[in-house]
Amino acid sequence: MILSWLKGFGRFWYGFIIGDDWTVAATMAVALLVTWLLHTAAVAAWWLPPVAAVVVVGASLQRSWREAR
Amino acid sequence: MSHSSVFVTTFLATCVEVIEMVIIVVGVGTVRGWRSTWLGAGSGLAVLALLVLAFGTALTAVPIGVLRLVVGSLLLVFGLQWLRKGILRVSANGLRGMGERTASGEGVPADGVDWTAFVLSFKGVLLEGLEVAFIVVSFGLTAQALPSAILGAATAFVVIATAGLLARGVVQRIPRSALQLLVGTLLSSFGTFWAVQGLGVTWPGDEAAILALVGWYVLAAVGYVGLLRQRARSLVLQDARG
Repeated sequence: MILSWLKGFGRFWYGFIIGDDWTVAATMAVALLVTWLLHTAAVAAWWLPPVAAVVVVGASLQRSWREAR
Repeated sequence: MSHSSVFVTTFLATCVEVIEMVIIVVGVGTVRGWRSTWLGAGSGLAVLALLVLAFGTALTAVPIGVLRLVVGSLLLVFGLQWLRKGILRVSANGLRGMGERTASGEGVPADGVDWTAFVLSFKGVLLEGLEVAFIVVSFGLTAQALPSAILGAATAFVVIATAGLLARGVVQRIPRSALQLLVGTLLSSFGTFWAVQGLGVTWPGDEAAILALVGWYVLAAVGYVGLLRQRARSLVLQDARG
């Protein structure tokens, strides 16, 4: 029972964070890390995550489009 | 600072935070269903009340930066999933789903708790609630007018929450596919704002940057929908010629 609960718990967070395309979450994790690194080097980097988000969603849509064809 | 200026300042500052909270709860509730959304929001408020009771005016010791980063990152990746799905659906089907009460194709369970709705509203309410508590404690203690600060925040909460409840009916009239797209852009915007803020980075224009982010994601969504529809049309034309 505990095992099935743990599996369900893991599945829920996998779906919540990763969803249909793992590249979106991975790209945003990298983008936030780079933003933090640039910030610690006193470089303004607030623009990076929104740009990365739009680019990675576009790439993901492109893949979905190709797969659908 | 007089008691009336503390009241007005905390009222206005709290309004900004509660508007963000209400947008998340109303958006998630409309797309995923209300029962689990209310459960999440209620649990968020209960945890917030426990934190306020436990810490009192020492609440500012809670590491809000880490909380913003964690909650913001989770909202961001989840919001981008909805944004992506919303773009695909709107580009494929247009604005359909007007008046449908449940998002059947989105894995919303018929019975039991929908943990996605629960977690989204829980996190939104807890983070925003904590920010309100910080505002009250900071303004109240600095100006030595804690009761006025509490009253200002409570008034803002009642006013904005009531406006949110009234707006529910309007939001439910938005076509389902467009609503998922809209909520996706809102979650992505709040998520981006909080995650970056949690890293210690200051946004130009502070909270006003959220509006710019919403505009940015809406523009991107409209652009991608247009692009996908254009491709679909040219494919149909190619098939017709072939």
